[in-house]
Amino acid sequence: MTAVFGVPLPAILGQLMLGLVNGSFYALLSLGLAVIFGLLGVVNFAHGAFYMLGAFAAYVGLQFLGVNYWCALILAPLAVGLLGIVVERLFLRHLYQLDPLYGLLLTFGMALIAEGCMRGLFGVSGKSYPVPELLRGGFNLGFMVLPIYRAWVILASVTVCGTTWFLIERTRLGSRLRAATENARLVQAFGINVPIMVMSTYGAGVALAALAGVLAAPVVQVSPLMGSSLVIVVFAVVVIGGMGSILGAIVSGLVLGLVEGLTKVIYPEASNIVVFVIMAMVLMWRPTGLFGKE
Amino acid sequence: MVLKSTAAALGAFLSLCIASQAGAAGEPVVIGDIDDLSGVYADAAGQGAIEAANMAIADFGGTVLGRKIVFLSADHQNKPDIGASKFREWADQNGLNMLLGGSNTGVSIAMSKVAAAKKVPLFEIGAGGSSLTGADCTAYSVHYAYDTTALGNGTASAIVKQGGKSWFFVTADYAFGTQLQEAATRVVLANGGKVLGAVRAPLGTTDYSSFLLQAQSSGAQVLGLANAGTDFSNSLKAADEFGITKTMKPAALLAFISDIHSLTLQTAQGLYLTTGWYWDLNDETRAFGKRYFGKMKKEPTMDQAGYYSATLQYLNAVKAVGSTDPDLVMAQLKKAKINDMFTKNGYIRADGLMVHTMYVMQVKTPAESKYPWDYYKVIKVMSGEEADGAQPDPACTLAKK
Repeated sequence: MTAVFGVPLPAILGQLMLGLVNGSFYALLSLGLAVIFGLLGVVNFAHGAFYMLGAFAAYVGLQFLGVNYWCALILAPLAVGLLGIVVERLFLRHLYQLDPLYGLLLTFGMALIAEGCMRGLFGVSGKSYPVPELLRGGFNLGFMVLPIYRAWVILASVTVCGTTWFLIERTRLGSRLRAATENARLVQAFGINVPIMVMSTYGAGVALAALAGVLAAPVVQVSPLMGSSLVIVVFAVVVIGGMGSILGAIVSGLVLGLVEGLTKVIYPEASNIVVFVIMAMVLMWRPTGLFGKE
Repeated sequence: MVLKSTAAALGAFLSLCIASQAGAAGEPVVIGDIDDLSGVYADAAGQGAIEAANMAIADFGGTVLGRKIVFLSADHQNKPDIGASKFREWADQNGLNMLLGGSNTGVSIAMSKVAAAKKVPLFEIGAGGSSLTGADCTAYSVHYAYDTTALGNGTASAIVKQGGKSWFFVTADYAFGTQLQEAATRVVLANGGKVLGAVRAPLGTTDYSSFLLQAQSSGAQVLGLANAGTDFSNSLKAADEFGITKTMKPAALLAFISDIHSLTLQTAQGLYLTTGWYWDLNDETRAFGKRYFGKMKKEPTMDQAGYYSATLQYLNAVKAVGSTDPDLVMAQLKKAKINDMFTKNGYIRADGLMVHTMYVMQVKTPAESKYPWDYYKVIKVMSGEEADGAQPDPACTLAKK
């Protein structure tokens, strides 16, 4: 058997594959965070909670309303995105003129409330969500069996990330959005309704988190705490990629997933902290992050 | 005048005496339950165990020695400090007479210290760690349903003897997991097998994929799952999803019938496991299963049956000695044989372990299962001595007396 650093190659490849799956979730979640921060300047600490609500929306849909996985992929992000819009209209928009810290405090508080409510309703033990019939089974890659569902997660995540990047960086809508964040008054003078645009941006960012939640539901247990454990890592990913950089969020999400996977083979004990070590190093070397603008 | 007021004071004093005496006669016997009611172990005992204990209280008539029996329950959330402080609170403020301890060895170890300090008998039912009657034993602990030693002697020895010689463990990272792994390792080594490695996963892990890939790349024949509750079902499900069960034989070092039910026979078939009780063993177990099923719509697990039995045995002991005095009750419990729907001729050893028959089971295939909840076939019946050894654990200070 071929070995690298004294570790058999199949083991490394297997962990890298899993790292890619985790990286897909990091990318999807940090993408939403980056969009919201880049365009609104809000540090959305409720992102993990929206991710969790997305997963619960899928679970409740399946258990009580007969909504299958494929419909949940569309409906859950829509529902949670609408909730995000309500939050933006009622609370968040009053804070744009203030220090970003206020937005952080508000969203953090909302995350705690959402978690507490779901804990009251569903308890802390996870609910399991079955893998959809069509995506059961696995591919034998030689070094490991890759469940079809996990391959689907990678595919879905890369597609969604690519589309979002294209929308924001390469279309007219995207250029207007970016212009509005540079100078809202001027853009408004051209007859573009900036508040509506900002509102839908927040809704879309939240919907991305919910989509990640639906994708994660069959992989991990749907539990009220699933978001809070992930959101910290995702914030580190966004900081490494450069706050507000769309491409940075996507690339560093996937790469950090891989790095984490590799660490699990070489020195498993460090796998939980490797992301933060990298974050510290990046901040020392390039305080604006790898893809951030000076 | 003086006489009058003295008489009045005397009268008041007497009436106080009568009132407090009446209070003593009417003081309830308080039984508590501290368990994981919402986490990974909530299905193994949890609400079902509360129901079972209440069934036992109702069957006993709701009173003992003319005193009403009161039942309390609390969720320890798998946190030892919560379990211990709740126990202390009940002992200090609610007149707790006996505590039923639910899942989680870590919590039970913390609670056993309170049992010793407050002199309140503690029946450890859901927790498995054999240190509860070893290094952590107390004069007021009874380890009731099963322990990690018996699980190792049952499941691990059955698998090694069938040729599963090389093992890799996925272990729950706390007292229970490490004790279970130790017990299984002892049996594997004693039977000429070897352990190629182990990985510890935190309690409540949901994604086991990277741990399982480590197990797979070890090249071991047997995947020893030294965990329980949803940790067990999640890890087995992931092993199945990643095709690891095709190359490695999974060993369920602790599985409850609730886990098998949620995994379904399709995934769980062929598994070996060890249990202290199964609903379909004999007429008495079936009768209890039927009554319980009527209330909970599930068959009881070994823990839930243990809750019923332990509650009943405690009340029997209180009735026999005519008092709730903890020392008298413990002496009676250690003297009497236990004969009920849970076990026959069980007895409580000097170190507090309830020694009773254990069963090595194999999970049936979907084709073998003839009716709902027909999940196990008995592979081996182990006497209590075979499961746990005849002698008390020398690590327990009580055993030396």
